[in-house]
Amino acid sequence: MKKNISNFYRFAPVLLLIVIISSGCNRQSKLGSVLGARNTPVTDDGAGSRPGGRNIDNVPPIGNGGGINPINTSPIPVTDGGLANGDGETAGSFGANMDEDRSKFETQTVYFDLDKSNIKPTEVEKIRTVATHLKANASHKVIVEGHCDERGTEEYNRALGQRRADTVREFLAREGVPPDRIRPVSFGEDRPSETGHSEAAWAKNRRGVFILLTPKKP
Amino acid sequence: MNLFSTFRSLRLWAAVALLPFVASAADQDIGDLTRLGGANLFAKPLPVYISGYSGEVDSVLKNDLFFMGIDSVPEAQASYILSGKFDGSQIEGTLMDKVNKNYLTRQAFRGGNARIQAHTLADAIAVALARGPGIARTKVAFKAKKGGVSEAFISDYDGANVQQVTQDNTLTVAPCWAGREVLYYTSYKLGNPDIYYHKITTGERHPIARYLGLNTSAAVSADGQHVAMILSKSGNPELYVSDLSGTNLRRLTTTPQEESSPCWSPDGREICYTSRASGINRLYRIGLDGGAPRQVATIGVSNCTEPSWSPDGKLIAFTSQAGSFRVCVVEAKGGEAVVLVEGEDPSWAPNSRAMVIVKRQNGNRVLSLLDGYSKRTKDVARVWESTSQPSWSR
Repeated sequence: MKKNISNFYRFAPVLLLIVIISSGCNRQSKLGSVLGARNTPVTDDGAGSRPGGRNIDNVPPIGNGGGINPINTSPIPVTDGGLANGDGETAGSFGANMDEDRSKFETQTVYFDLDKSNIKPTEVEKIRTVATHLKANASHKVIVEGHCDERGTEEYNRALGQRRADTVREFLAREGVPPDRIRPVSFGEDRPSETGHSEAAWAKNRRGVFILLTPKKP
Repeated sequence: MNLFSTFRSLRLWAAVALLPFVASAADQDIGDLTRLGGANLFAKPLPVYISGYSGEVDSVLKNDLFFMGIDSVPEAQASYILSGKFDGSQIEGTLMDKVNKNYLTRQAFRGGNARIQAHTLADAIAVALARGPGIARTKVAFKAKKGGVSEAFISDYDGANVQQVTQDNTLTVAPCWAGREVLYYTSYKLGNPDIYYHKITTGERHPIARYLGLNTSAAVSADGQHVAMILSKSGNPELYVSDLSGTNLRRLTTTPQEESSPCWSPDGREICYTSRASGINRLYRIGLDGGAPRQVATIGVSNCTEPSWSPDGKLIAFTSQAGSFRVCVVEAKGGEAVVLVEGEDPSWAPNSRAMVIVKRQNGNRVLSLLDGYSKRTKDVARVWESTSQPSWSR
């Protein structure tokens, strides 16, 4: 700061000269330009005069002009099959013309340890129950939801929830269920089953949920 | 005539002479910077005495200046004086160097409204004091949640002028700016987390990634050329990059573990992201064209996610989770990490000084503005029950 002040003294005569000259000559002062007042025709004309002001409409803020106008939202175009990416890996039409049954496998909900996605031995029989049903009902499919507790950052939890759903899907596939009948979906920490912030609540939120899909009755 | 042209050339010469002066005035602060491993992180605030304003204009102006490294102080402690007024239709401000009584700039603005006028003056003062680029008229996109529903919102950076972008009554998460009129975000609208492009000025939107499994964490490069994202179509979450429409998709990582939360270097040539490849979440950098990922060392902290690369390229802010969540910064090449505050999910302001972060409060989340130098935060008014996942526009 001391050096700063001495610099000011060194340049003071120059600055004084600039101020005097600027204020007398041209309304659009070079001083103003140098210090960031470009395109300011009437704002830098020295003390005493009355600046007219730069119209702010020429300085557009971002978005839709800074107002509080409602934002239009068009419906999302639903294109079955999603992107034409050619590899057949889209989520597109998986559940089309099928009914969702969230209660059928309620007691088969799989629970995970903190920050883990491996299947615990206690959970194995639950997945086998689902596998047995799917193998016996060839027209049925299943959605596997992966969920996390709130002890993680949001997008990491979305990835962790996916790993949990994928692990369950792999297990079902090893039991003989064709993988194209199983759709993994991660909700991260966004859909807790318990809203508390205790270990008991967290343990119930780290889960894999099965949703049975059956063909719509004609 | 002769005298006039002499004056003119003198003025030109004086203006040129002033340039190095302005630069050196800023350079003098280097001795006062927060130091870390030889790196200067944030410039010391400039003390300014602000007079003549009142009410909303006064508070908006001072708040803006604070997050641009310009502190409002009593006259006795000031190095600069900003005086002016707001007369109901127009704002004026004159900036003086207090020590030498040097006149630095005079600005006046009309139109818009009082807030926009105060923001515009704040940006002009910041530029005049070499604390630019101005951030006062930037926006923050974020996720607001109510029960099992979340939507994408935008607001002024200070939380004013909140606007709801989506009304899908489902989960809309992880919004990210692309330029100043487009958001990318993840929506569960069709039952699966898919990535959408959404032009907020027209409402036009379309999916850019709808693969089986996870499609999330879209991050658009500052040059507007590429989107980095996390897809799990290969069997587990991996880092991919595509062009803005989702085409020319390329996979950049191949690990059996989770990748998450990518962000771009300001030149658009590298991506910093989180990988659990080592068994614990760490930060890595990888080139746009792939190659071997390089770990970004974060000495002193662990379990690192949610990197955000500063617009000047020097620092990476991130979240470290060890019991609690803490916002940290580290030099972009890696090194000793600096813990700033309790919080998570930082997103840099264009000035590489302020950030918007997320704090957990009573089970909900609130956005908070953070000044890197002072580590002071200012909570932003919450929308719905919980606000998180901020993205600060460039």
